[in-house]
This record gives sequence, C-alpha cells and structure tokens, in this order.
Amino acid sequence: MGELLVLIDHDGEKPKKVSVQMLTKARELAEAAGDTVSAIWLGSGAAGAAATLGNFGAAKVYSWASEDAHGYVTLTQVEALQNVFESSGATNLLFASANFVKDVAARLAVRLDAAVITDVSDLASEDGRLVATKDVFGGSLSTTSQVRGDRKGLFGVKPNAFSAAESGGGAPEVVELDITPSDDAKKSKVVEVVAQASEGRPDVAEASIVVAGGRGLGEESGFRIIEQLADELGAAVGASRAATDAGWYPHRYQIGQTGRTISPALYLGAGISGAIQHRAGMQTSQIITCINKDSDAPIFQIADFGIVGDLYKVVPKLIEEIKARKA
Amino acid sequence: MKVIVPVKRVPDTATDKKLETDMTVDRDGVESVLCPVNEFSIEEAVRLKESMGAEVKALVVGPASAQSIVRKALSYGLDGAIQVTDDAVSGSDAIATARIIAAALQQEGFDLVIMGGQSTDARTSIVPAAVAEILGVPSLTYARKLEIDGDKVTVHRESEDGWHVIESSLPAVVSVVEAINEPRYPSFKGIMAAKSKPLDTKTVADLGIDAASVGMDNSPSQITAAQPPPPKGAGQKVEDDGTGAVGAKALADFLQQRKLI
Repeated sequence: MGELLVLIDHDGEKPKKVSVQMLTKARELAEAAGDTVSAIWLGSGAAGAAATLGNFGAAKVYSWASEDAHGYVTLTQVEALQNVFESSGATNLLFASANFVKDVAARLAVRLDAAVITDVSDLASEDGRLVATKDVFGGSLSTTSQVRGDRKGLFGVKPNAFSAAESGGGAPEVVELDITPSDDAKKSKVVEVVAQASEGRPDVAEASIVVAGGRGLGEESGFRIIEQLADELGAAVGASRAATDAGWYPHRYQIGQTGRTISPALYLGAGISGAIQHRAGMQTSQIITCINKDSDAPIFQIADFGIVGDLYKVVPKLIEEIKARKA
Repeated sequence: MKVIVPVKRVPDTATDKKLETDMTVDRDGVESVLCPVNEFSIEEAVRLKESMGAEVKALVVGPASAQSIVRKALSYGLDGAIQVTDDAVSGSDAIATARIIAAALQQEGFDLVIMGGQSTDARTSIVPAAVAEILGVPSLTYARKLEIDGDKVTVHRESEDGWHVIESSLPAVVSVVEAINEPRYPSFKGIMAAKSKPLDTKTVADLGIDAASVGMDNSPSQITAAQPPPPKGAGQKVEDDGTGAVGAKALADFLQQRKLI
C-alpha cells in the first residue's frame, strides 16, 4: 500500500480551497489503487488543521512546523519535500499550480529526476499511472500528459479543477518532520512580506466568481462599482491588461496571457472587449457573462450570456437586483 | 558583471495553434514572435548595461529559423547572443529544456540570468527555477523590482496579495513580471546594429550535454494526446433599453437560474 502525497497550500491556519479540492481527488485516486493519502503541511498550523485534512481524505499529515519553511525562498521547502519522498517511498505528489509552489516543484523535479505537469484540470488513473489533462495555448487546446518511464510525478492542480467533498474521515496521524535546512537553502531570505488589503475578497485564481473590469470603465474610479458588484456576489475582482497598463488596478489582478489564468464557476466581464490575450486567461471559466456597449465585441462570441449596454447603467441596477433577490 | 537573458520563440497568440502528430508545436503557417514577457526581461538587462556597464547577452534554444527572434532581441540593445540549435533538442519538455539552457549558461559564464516569469505558449513558469536548481544558484522569481548592490541582489517577488522582499547573493536566476518596467521600443539604430552583432551558434555536443538526456524521448513528461476543447453552444445576447433596467434584470434572471445568486 503506497502513499499519494498532497502538498497543502495554506495561509498558516486553514488550507486553501485548492488544497481540499486536491485532497478530495487524491482520495478517489488512492482508493482505486489501494493507496492512502498523505498531506504535507510546511510551516506552522498543521495541528489546528489536521481534523479538516482528515475530513477531506488525508490518513496522515507530514508537518514541518518551522518558520524556516517560509522564512527562506523555495529551497527549504524543496528539502522538506525531498525528505518526505525519501521516507514515504511515494511516487506521486499533487501540488497547487500557483507561482511560488511551482518553483518548489520545479527544483524538486530536478533533484528527483521527476516529471512536472502544471496547470492540471483533470487527473485519472490508467494502468496504475496518473494521466493528467491540461489546457494549453490559453484554452484553445487540451492535452493529455503522463510521466515517462518509472520516474516520480509532480502534478500541479489548477484551482477549481475538482470539487471538494468531505469524506467523514477521522483525525489523521500527524508525523513531525525533523529537518535541518542546508546553508545553501538559507542563501535567499524573505526579509519582508507586503500584503495589500483585499477587502476580504477571495484570491482571483481561487474564487468561484470573478468580476473583471477593462478599458470600457474609462477611468480608475470605475473599479469602485466593479468592487461593489464583486462584493455583492462574494466574488474576486480581476482586470484586463488595458486596465492594469493604465494603472487603474494592480498588475497582480490582471487576467490574460501575461497575467493570471482563471477557471471560476462564473466570470463576469464589464467593459472588456475580449481580445485573444484576455480570453487566453479566462476562456476555461465554466460560465461566461459580459456587459459591453459594443455588440460586436469578441467577448460575446464566448459568452454564455451577454448584455449589450452601458456598464455604468447596468451594473448599479444589477447590484440592486442581486440585493433584492438575496433578501 | 555579465547578464544573460534567455528568450523564447512562441507562436503568435492571435494565430490558430495546433500540435503535430508527434505532439510538438506546429510551426508551419503560424507566425512566431519573441515572447512578449521577454521585452521586460531584456529591458531590465539593458538598464543594467546602462547603469553599471554590464555585459548583456541573449540566449535562445531553437532551430535555425529562430534567428529572427534573436535579431529582434538584439535590437533592444543587447551586446550579442548565443543560439543552441540542434535536432536533438526537438520535443524537449520544460525540465529537459532547462538542462540545455543551464548547460549553455554554465559554458558562457554569468553573474545574473534574467528570464520571463511565464511564456505565452506553454505557460508552465517552471523553467527559471529548474535552471537555477541545475546550476545550484538561487531562483528569485516573479520580480516586480530588481536591485543589485555589489553581489547582493534584492527582489520584490510578486505574490497573490502583494509582494515578498527577498535578499540573496549573485550569481542568481531572476524571472520578471510585466510590472517591473516599461520596455522601450527598438530604435532604428538598434535594429540596424542588431544585424551585425555577434551570434554564437552551439550544438548540444558543443555544450557537453549527452544527447540522451534531452529531446522528446528523454524528457521526464510526455504528451500522449491533444484535442480541441468541447465546443460551446451559442450564447444569448440581450440588448439593454438604455436605462440599465432590462439588462440588469435579464442578467440577474440568468444568474439566479444558474443558482449563482
């Protein structure tokens, strides 16, 4: 009986949504193969989250409750994962396909001669090996990939690729890792973490609903009604490149080929024409809606539901409609 | 100080992209361009040339036809370029490509490597960290700000809700995001000068790499199938009445019907 590893992405207290989504899928894959799921929690907080991890399918939690896990750049985590691979004899690891975690996976892959497959939207087990589906070229093509030969596999899972379901599993065994980072791993230090208020909104890559604004807003202050609409829907705010280039919204909220890629349950674009560069970051959304003055805008070609109209007229009334229906 | 900027040739986003039956990118009839994020990595390197007299070179892995991309990169003001061209590299995945880039960097020598944080085609983002690992140097990725002071390097690394200020030492591999600078346009003089700048062409053997460690058959991952995404049914379009009321009601009805509110 082997272990299927899941690297938990977390905020120090709770696992991120993508982490419980991964655990749910890992449980399904492990059960079919007669394996068990082991979660890996780097940094403090595993004790408080263990019950949740167990409830979503982890039989075991490897915990490294050291500040070194986040006080240095990438390499202390690589060393911890290398340790887990060696002690568990595991073949495969699922990780959140987010920028910082991908770096950890890339360096680990070189050390283990493992394969890394990022941005995975589906996973299946075929003849005892994992087969991954991913979207390439901004969602215009979908490919099936797997590990070549008998290497280990590191699979980066996109947020919202899987739905989370509790298994009712009990408290997992918590294994404390005993790791002393090497001097090399401590060469790059995190000296300050600058977090800007998100006003309680979810992260744009993880959110179930994303409301995005673009050039059609005309000015920076236009994002206020985008934020109001987002808050009414419990959504994250995104922006097109035109809006971030104009300095109306920070770059990290940019959705598109040179920004974030999102696959929420609902995307609502206001004042976004839907140039191919933007579509490359959002066209795998489950439901696409838009509000745009120009009925010929390309966004309508991929929208499930589009409103041809002035966003400054439609959005405030939409906020009222949503408020009324929620009441 | 020596700065190397690995650049990538990508299919133009606006063109219809396909894979060949062997799962490599079909380049026929598809316009190839310098990856847009490389305008930012090149700009950052050229600024180091201007501010501290750094020697700055491009590095590209690709067939002979990728030379147009190298000339484009040189037109921004880089001093020269290295191109690794060898049939043996065809079909390499991200990790195998990182091995080739790392070998070329090792042979050329460097203090700083500046890469794009994410290409517009494969978008894995893993090559910079993999290159750094192979070279045994720090990977300082997604930089929105880069400062060099002697052999100390400070990077503002873009995170999901802000950035991390990280400190490390050279030599290092840095990758950048678009927020880092405003790339210049190549000048006419730059475009003309690019044609005569030195370009070293290397094979895998020149780099001392075993051909059995790169290319499709030696890549750790493999693509076994490719298919277009399932077709989407035509959407609905509703014309607002100019007051917002009709549009808002229609959209709210749709969202409610889909249980999104």
